Amino acid sequence: MKIKGNVIRYNDNVDTDVIIPARYLNTSNPKELAAHCMEDLDPTFVSRVKKGDIIVAGANFGCGSSREHAPIAIKESGIACVVAKSFARIFYRNAINIGLPIVECDVDVDEGDVLTVDFDTGVIVNETKGTSANFAAFPPFLMAIIESGGLLAAVREGKL
Amino acid sequence: MNTNMTADKNKKTLLSSDASPPRPMTMTQKIIAAHAGKDYVSPGEIVMANVDLVLGNDITSPVAITEFDKTGARGVFDGEKIALVMDHFTPNKDIKAAEQCKCVRTFAKKHGIVNYFDVGEMGVEHALIPERGLVTSGDLVIGADSHTCTYGALGAFSTGIGSTDMAAAMATGEVWLKVPGALRFNLTGKLGRYVTGKDLILHIIGMIGVDGALYKSMEFTGAGVHTLSVSDRLCIANMAIEAGAKNGIFPVDDKTIEYIKEHGGDEPRIYEADPDAEYEKTYEIDLTEVRQTVAFPHLPENTRTFDEIGDIPIDQVVIGSCTNGRLEDLIIAAEVMRGHHVAPGVRVIIIPATQKIYLDAMEMGLLRQFIEAGCVVSTPTCGPCLGGYMGILAEGERCVATTNRNFVGRMGHPKSEVYLASPAVAAASAVAGKLAPAI
Ligand code: SF4
Repeated sequence: MKIKGNVIRYNDNVDTDVIIPARYLNTSNPKELAAHCMEDLDPTFVSRVKKGDIIVAGANFGCGSSREHAPIAIKESGIACVVAKSFARIFYRNAINIGLPIVECDVDVDEGDVLTVDFDTGVIVNETKGTSANFAAFPPFLMAIIESGGLLAAVREGKL
Repeated sequence: MNTNMTADKNKKTLLSSDASPPRPMTMTQKIIAAHAGKDYVSPGEIVMANVDLVLGNDITSPVAITEFDKTGARGVFDGEKIALVMDHFTPNKDIKAAEQCKCVRTFAKKHGIVNYFDVGEMGVEHALIPERGLVTSGDLVIGADSHTCTYGALGAFSTGIGSTDMAAAMATGEVWLKVPGALRFNLTGKLGRYVTGKDLILHIIGMIGVDGALYKSMEFTGAGVHTLSVSDRLCIANMAIEAGAKNGIFPVDDKTIEYIKEHGGDEPRIYEADPDAEYEKTYEIDLTEVRQTVAFPHLPENTRTFDEIGDIPIDQVVIGSCTNGRLEDLIIAAEVMRGHHVAPGVRVIIIPATQKIYLDAMEMGLLRQFIEAGCVVSTPTCGPCLGGYMGILAEGERCVATTNRNFVGRMGHPKSEVYLASPAVAAASAVAGKLAPAI
């Protein structure tokens, strides 16, 4: 699996309250959620995000509440992959469980750079800067979930 | 799906580490091993574990139900081991919230889920579940709510998961878990007057940061543990997630057992950490030295003690939530406020976390005292804690809250501010009209 896209850059501790504020949690409709994605942190996100973009953030991305609405909103908004220095653990498992590819890696990128993330080789290439970084491959169990397209698909297929 | 999925009763390691020899385990690791049908587990290993309780609320359950229905499962794994609590937006704040609760209510009825709690019976989930005796020592509990880690106070392994995990667990009774490493917090001494569990956990988060325990267990040990009330332990374990932890856990002692008996919980199953269990780090904390602590916007790690706090005028105070909405919290707040009136221009909202707490507080005369002092008392709800309703902040407003998160926009406008504090500090601040210590 290989993902190529433009970078949208954020810092440390992006919490689920700014990814999707609780005032919008009276729905679980992905489209309605995506319409407010990142609103309290970056009101321009929704208007400038393009299908296939990659979010690159600092440490502890997705900290805070267990709301699966957060990775759902990100995925629905067109983001193909999230790369962060580290993830909060519930966000990490939620993203895997709904099939949003995420990578734990410290990369040197700026907003708008073009990245290629190769899940088979575990290498991220910054096409704009000509640099690259390695990341640890998923354990086979998690790869099976991602390849099935999420936890419930994996459960259905009897992969677990 | 359903039963055939759980056919593999001989739980196996999903990420093999079979080569490593048996090793001492932490309390958390022992509970996970027991629920995975294994003699021992090591950090990093991924296991499938049986769950004793699966929890969901009015926000996370609808997502789980949609996923559950998609699987084609015939039924839930056990109608008595699922708890659904309508607490975030209840009594329903708008039509969409009402539809969400209706979805959960219908599901509970269809699948014979006995522990469904709606208006009239509900309370803030993490206050309600222990109060109802639905969790006991040694249990493995998962909940589609990040503060599910609260029950570590009772010596259970409990952790927050997402809605898809909840859906899978409702169908199979199992969850995949990566075995966590651990940090140890060795407590000695005793907390001073008006210094509470909230001050201790804020102090710890200030010390290690909001990702200081990322993916790990926070295990509390030492003689100081036994000086803490169960209410304080619930508050401390509740905020383990604010340090990024997978869970926070306390050893089981007489106070734990008494609490569980009093609330009709199942017989405790006691697990103790091996004496030579490995901790990535041990922090020594003398409770005597902990001071009243406040977390400034916009992260729980931005803690200050009153010697570092200047004049911070406030607009609102909220006393409630799964962190500090218990009877003990209301008692201490009332004590601090006794004989005083709320400062002019400050709105004070008191939210007992459950119906039982509400009733007890009423019988003790606390509610009358709050109302006469100029506070409002609300029916149990999460409400303002997550910026849902019942006390939303306008641009530029400041609130002292006994809740657990002060992220940007958490209680309303993105430019409002939340200061996290204990009920004693919140009450003193309500009277002073600015951030103030309880004396
Ligand atoms: S009181 Fe606040 S933190 Fe606790 S469950 Fe409700 S919204 Fe979450």
